[in-house]
Amino acid sequence: MKFAIQVNEGPYQHQAADSAYFFAKAALEKGHEVFRVFFYHDGVNNSTRLTTPPQDDRNIVERWAELAEQYDLDMVVCVAAAQRRGVVDEGEAQRNGKDSTNIDPRFRISGLGQLVEAAIQSDRLVVFGD
Amino acid sequence: MSESIKQFLYLNRKAPYGTIYAWESLEVVLIGAAFDQDVSLAFVDDGVFQLTKNQDTSAVGMKNFSPTYAALGDYEVKKIYVEKESLEERGLSLDDLQHLTWEDEDDDWAEKDSIHLVTRSEMTAIMDGADVVFSF
Repeated sequence: MKFAIQVNEGPYQHQAADSAYFFAKAALEKGHEVFRVFFYHDGVNNSTRLTTPPQDDRNIVERWAELAEQYDLDMVVCVAAAQRRGVVDEGEAQRNGKDSTNIDPRFRISGLGQLVEAAIQSDRLVVFGD
Repeated sequence: MSESIKQFLYLNRKAPYGTIYAWESLEVVLIGAAFDQDVSLAFVDDGVFQLTKNQDTSAVGMKNFSPTYAALGDYEVKKIYVEKESLEERGLSLDDLQHLTWEDEDDDWAEKDSIHLVTRSEMTAIMDGADVVFSF
C-alpha cells in the first residue's frame, strides 16, 4: 500500500511525532511505500537540526533524518507553517532576510500543494495529531 | 498528476482561536482548491464555532479570519456539513452561523446555501464516504 503521512505536532511535546515515526518505519519495513511525510502545524519543528535532546533520550529529528536516508523518503515541511515558527532553509533565509538557517538538510521546505498531491497519489492519508 | 478525482473531506473539530488548527486547515482548503478534487468541509465538536458570525478577535490580538469562509464559494467549495448535535450541545443554532453560499453557473448563477445541517449519524456516513479525510 502507498501511504501519505501527515505530522501535525511538534517533537517531545506530543507523542504524535513519535507515533508517526514508528508508523512510517513499520510500514517501510513491511515493504509498503511511503509517498511522502508532510510536516504541518507545530509538526514543522520536527525538522530543526539544532535540536539537542539529553543524551539518554531519543533524538526525534535525527531519527526521521536517518529513516529518510535509509529509504530515500521524501520529507516535506510546510512553508507557511515553517515561516510562522521560524523554521528556515537557505532559500527562505535569503528571501526573508534572515541571518541563519536551522532545517536539517534531509528535510525540504515546500507548499501545501505537496500535502494535497500526496493525498491524491496515495492509497491512504494517515494523520498524526490531536 | 493523477487524473482521478477523490472525495476530499476536511474535518474541522476545534474552536477557531485557541489553537491554530482552524486557520491552517482553511489554508489547506484554499490551496487544495487548485487541485480540482471533490471537496467537502465538515464541522463537528468545537469546530462549529469556526463558522459563527460576528466574530471579534480584538481582545485576543489575533487576526479575525472568519470572513475567509465567505470566499469558499468562489473556490468551488459548495458542500459544508455542520453537525446538528454539536451545535445544540453548545447552545447554538443555524442562525448563529454565517450565511455561506455558492453560485450555481448551471442555474443562472443562482445563490445556493453551502451549509447543510446533518445529524451525527449522517456525519458518520459522510466521513465513511470520503476517500481522504484531512482531520484538523
